[in-house]
Amino acid sequence: MLVAGAACAAHVQLKSGAFEPPRMAPELGLAGSDGKPLELARYRGKVVALGFGYTSCPEICPTTLSRLAKARQSLGAAGRDLQVIYVTVDPERDDAKRMRAFLGNFDATFVGGTGTPAQLAKVYRDYGVTAVKHPGGTPGTYGMEHSSFVYLIDRAGRIRAMVPYGEAPEDVAHDAALLLKP
Amino acid sequence: MSTGSLRLRLLWLLAVLVPAAATAAAWGAFAPIHVVDRDEVFAIPKGTWARRMAGDKVEILPREVRLVLGVKDVLVMKNDDDVPQAFGPVLLMPGQSFRLPFSTASSYQFACTAHASGQMTVTVAPGPEAGWQRLAWRMGHVL
Repeated sequence: MLVAGAACAAHVQLKSGAFEPPRMAPELGLAGSDGKPLELARYRGKVVALGFGYTSCPEICPTTLSRLAKARQSLGAAGRDLQVIYVTVDPERDDAKRMRAFLGNFDATFVGGTGTPAQLAKVYRDYGVTAVKHPGGTPGTYGMEHSSFVYLIDRAGRIRAMVPYGEAPEDVAHDAALLLKP
Repeated sequence: MSTGSLRLRLLWLLAVLVPAAATAAAWGAFAPIHVVDRDEVFAIPKGTWARRMAGDKVEILPREVRLVLGVKDVLVMKNDDDVPQAFGPVLLMPGQSFRLPFSTASSYQFACTAHASGQMTVTVAPGPEAGWQRLAWRMGHVL
């Protein structure tokens, strides 16, 4: 009852899209860019911002990641409890090492997730993510059209909100701060 | 009743009605709009999945959703069906809803598997400005 009440109170104030009732975030079961298995259970007690993209992305992913980094920074000490996880939509090119280097450009604490196409397909299905390969401008190259939203998962592991692409860092920080409240 | 008395009554009536109409018009044109329900709701009814499986083409969400700031500026999507549904940009579990408020007038693109184009647009128009625009909006919603 108390949990439901708290969820409802937060949903009224969130600036992002809010889910009601919140559901448990499906487990990822991927390989982390930090060399450890990437499971959401590792981050219980923290708020997780879960996004999807790829290291060769020319615009969407760098924008999203820099906004997440700004949001995390603006939270000050509380930002330590905001964990950004970025799952690749391009497993052909994105191995753990490449993701670590890419994400480190934005924030050293960001963790990437990669895996086999089958493992990733399950994650995309669980989270309603689309990822479509399309030919690039020059022969032999390609790009990915992919979902650009970010899920906010609360300390208990429930999906609480979906941040649309382009949301201002201060709005993301606002929602993260709400979810970080004990 | 004499003509003089009738004229006096008419003048008195005008003296009351004209200022009252002017006050009402001024209020209509300049008072802030307060709307109790700003939600634009789209719901997947129970049985939609079964209908789709039977070959029915069920369209619930339009390709373009039009909202107005301060009036109807919250997009609400609900899944009242018995199975998970990709609805607009989100995956909704049975009985779950998604509520997305907008605070800036703009055109927003969302990936959406429900449409052939693969995209859904949410156009958020500015709210009626103080003056004629707001008065016209109020008249349209009262009459």
